[in-house]
Amino acid sequence: MFWKSTYNEFIKIAAKPRSYIGLAAISALVSVILFAMKVDGKTYISFITSSFEQTLTFEGDILNGDLIAFIILQMLIIHVPLLVALVTGDLVSGEAAMGSLRMLATKPISRSSLLMSKFLAGGAYTLVILLWLGFMALGVGHILFGSGDLMVLNSDGLVILQNADLAWRFMGGFGVAYLALLTIATLSITLSCFSDNSIGPIVTTMAIILFFTIIGTLDVPVFDNIRPFLFTSHMIAWRSFFEEPFPIETIQQSVIILVVHIVVLIGIALFKFNKKDILS
Amino acid sequence: MSDKIIEVKQLAKYYGKFKAVEDVSFDVYPGDVFGFLGPNGAGKSTTIRTMLSLITPTSGETRLFGRDLAHNRSFILSRIGCIVEKPDFYKYLSAQKNLEIFGRISGASITRSKIGEMLEFVGLKGREKDKVAGFSHGMKQRLGIAQTLLHDPELIILDEPTTGLDPQGIIDIRNLILQLKNERNKTVVLSSHILSEIELIANRMVIINKGRSLVQGSVSELLNNQELIVRIELDDLQKALQLMSDRWPQLEIEATGPNSLLIHLSHEIIPQVNNSLSAAGVNVFAIESKRKLEDYFLKLVKN
Repeated sequence: MFWKSTYNEFIKIAAKPRSYIGLAAISALVSVILFAMKVDGKTYISFITSSFEQTLTFEGDILNGDLIAFIILQMLIIHVPLLVALVTGDLVSGEAAMGSLRMLATKPISRSSLLMSKFLAGGAYTLVILLWLGFMALGVGHILFGSGDLMVLNSDGLVILQNADLAWRFMGGFGVAYLALLTIATLSITLSCFSDNSIGPIVTTMAIILFFTIIGTLDVPVFDNIRPFLFTSHMIAWRSFFEEPFPIETIQQSVIILVVHIVVLIGIALFKFNKKDILS
Repeated sequence: MSDKIIEVKQLAKYYGKFKAVEDVSFDVYPGDVFGFLGPNGAGKSTTIRTMLSLITPTSGETRLFGRDLAHNRSFILSRIGCIVEKPDFYKYLSAQKNLEIFGRISGASITRSKIGEMLEFVGLKGREKDKVAGFSHGMKQRLGIAQTLLHDPELIILDEPTTGLDPQGIIDIRNLILQLKNERNKTVVLSSHILSEIELIANRMVIINKGRSLVQGSVSELLNNQELIVRIELDDLQKALQLMSDRWPQLEIEATGPNSLLIHLSHEIIPQVNNSLSAAGVNVFAIESKRKLEDYFLKLVKN
């Protein structure tokens, strides 16, 4: 029954027009960035590298598909949560608002299975969004700009990563980025269990992200103890895959924090959904 | 195993201090078309929601098919088809896709031909591919009934199925319910605040008000045991009044026009009154029973 319900959720997500907003937005944004880089990318890169050119000599094409993909990921990964929450925040509350949740809940499927099928479908949708972002950034980026070594500018300075060393880093980076987005999807589905309108959970998810991000970036000692445990502090953990030396412990810690968030949020959602009086 | 399909005992549901349902008890037997009657806000929908595990009761016992609902939810729900309030489908999907979605988790194997058969039964053949967004309220209700029948349930629960329908829609739904009983041998629980609907369709009923069940039993017995108000149309009012006050001095008789009167009497006396008037040479043109479910219901609710 669980798999049948999950299949139902896939059909519903695929049939809803709002599910394509995220894909369309990513396509449009990445296309604009790729166009801008194609037209004026060298100026952009020389602006970044100008401060190093007195001490370093750059050979080869710095403006390549890998750098473009990295820039795109850095720009968009902060905004993708909204696109994810737009669909996942609606999975329970949207049905409650529409009344179809009442019909689903009178079927001989346990509420836990019903909710878990929504989590699974929401997770799959999140994966599709991220894969599409990956395809647009990496795939199209490589087609237009070719491949090469990756130059990454971070707080410790400039890191040059060999082209042969990039595939696993991108895969790992996308993996951690997926975990971060999955946390957002789980948060919005959980909030969705507390609401009977579809907008509330989406807005609340974004408000929580904003709130935690501000706390996380405020350099005030009082927040020092909680900052490492906020999921928003680990939203950019994917970047650690592009650092040298490779910060395995930082990545492990981020993965653990994100997984704990996902598990706790699913637990809260299951508890609430099983106790929920379906009145709408 | 009990022979009752539904057994509700002292059901209560409180929301804080508000008592949505305080003490509701009733039984439904196989083959019944069971009327669940009460004014708006009486607690009908709350009771039905507890029977379908949509809400958790504060206290009381609900048994369906001889089993406790709290511990046999899936078993019980797999044998029930229901519409609570109104069927809310996915508007962006076709009628067929909607039935596939609900059929898939109904606990039975639902084929496309079965879906086609159900759509034909409810008069929606040819609209399979149309999106539900374009359906009228009546069509959605009929699609709702198709959805309840997909997995061939033994019990069908319909909560206010004719609300918002036009007269033709009401007749269509009423006929469908009667077909369910007569042709498909289903037990039907029908919640309504429309008295005539219950009177026309149901064989047994419970009346609830302010969260309490007031009375339950056979519709005809409950109505026939009550004192009726009968309007008689005749040609000689004075003679009739004299005759009746002599013969039945205990009856309350009221002249309502030059050729009509109202008498409060029990069901069995009607033929005697008619025979006596005819024997006395009073021509009787009409005898109309005024006390039906409406009067009975109002009397109960006021008490």
